[in-house]
Amino acid sequence: MNDETGHDHHHDHDHDHTEPPPDPALRVKALESLLIEKGLVDPAALDVFIDTYEHRVGPRNGARVVAKAWVDREYRDWLMRDATAAIASLDFVGRQGEHMSVVENTASVHNLVVCTLCSCYPWPVLGLPPAWYKSAPYRARAVADPRGVLAEFGTLLDDDVEVRVWDSTAEMRYLVLPRRPAGTEGMNEDELAGLVTRNSMIGVEHALAPGQGT
Amino acid sequence: MTLPLLPADDDGPVFAEPWQAQAFALALSLYETGTFTWPEWAEVLGAEIDAARRRGDADPGDGYYLHWLNALEKLSVSKTGLTPTQLAERKRQWRSAYVNTPHGHPVELSAAD
Repeated sequence: MNDETGHDHHHDHDHDHTEPPPDPALRVKALESLLIEKGLVDPAALDVFIDTYEHRVGPRNGARVVAKAWVDREYRDWLMRDATAAIASLDFVGRQGEHMSVVENTASVHNLVVCTLCSCYPWPVLGLPPAWYKSAPYRARAVADPRGVLAEFGTLLDDDVEVRVWDSTAEMRYLVLPRRPAGTEGMNEDELAGLVTRNSMIGVEHALAPGQGT
Repeated sequence: MTLPLLPADDDGPVFAEPWQAQAFALALSLYETGTFTWPEWAEVLGAEIDAARRRGDADPGDGYYLHWLNALEKLSVSKTGLTPTQLAERKRQWRSAYVNTPHGHPVELSAAD
């Protein structure tokens, strides 16, 4: 059953197929779907387990990337120019972290990333996506009414702020560089990283204000 | 319910890849619904790790969840009546479903050839 553990990097420019995940992931999906059909596993119970551990997968070090970009102008410029290399320089491994692009929030632009429903989410950087992020309704609404979606997360933007919605593809995965919160001038990189949430890096929220962090 | 080699930090288990968390969740779920007992799980998983060591894989490390997955497949076969053939066929179907699904759409088993 373990005939292939490697993974080809096809970066096809036609989008009429989805790249299958690596062999062990397919084995897990096979087991899971068969056990659910047999009534031996409850999908809702599985979701609860996965939600419990969503922050425990991969290096989840996107917050470090963001914090470094906030304090180190040269790194920030490199990140904007060649995110894949700049992120890799912080010792990230994992295929979904490759081919990254960083989009920067500014006073006039707010970025929101919608994920496709496959494996294109950059989990090495962000950890596992929350269940809602992978839902078809979220994706559709984020494209049709990004301000409405943002408002539901309590993220209110001035009318003159442009909202850009980015659609991850097999070739490119996006990371939002949130704005550095006010009042953080004296904070070091570690402290700043504590303000950078996964949700801020997919653009549904701002980074936390000082005192809200973990 | 402890497993000495489980990759973990002070806050609990850690996973290198998403499928590992899914395999972890499946085992816990089967245990909670009584499909197997924890000693049964520990025994089969331990046997997988021992076999790997005999083959020369001294450190389970990244391979830990491959052993976990092997154990999960074996126990599912012995305890639920699933067959290795069913598992292999379903895996083939999922791969096919991915390949047949346009990018950005949900991958459903019904898309398999």
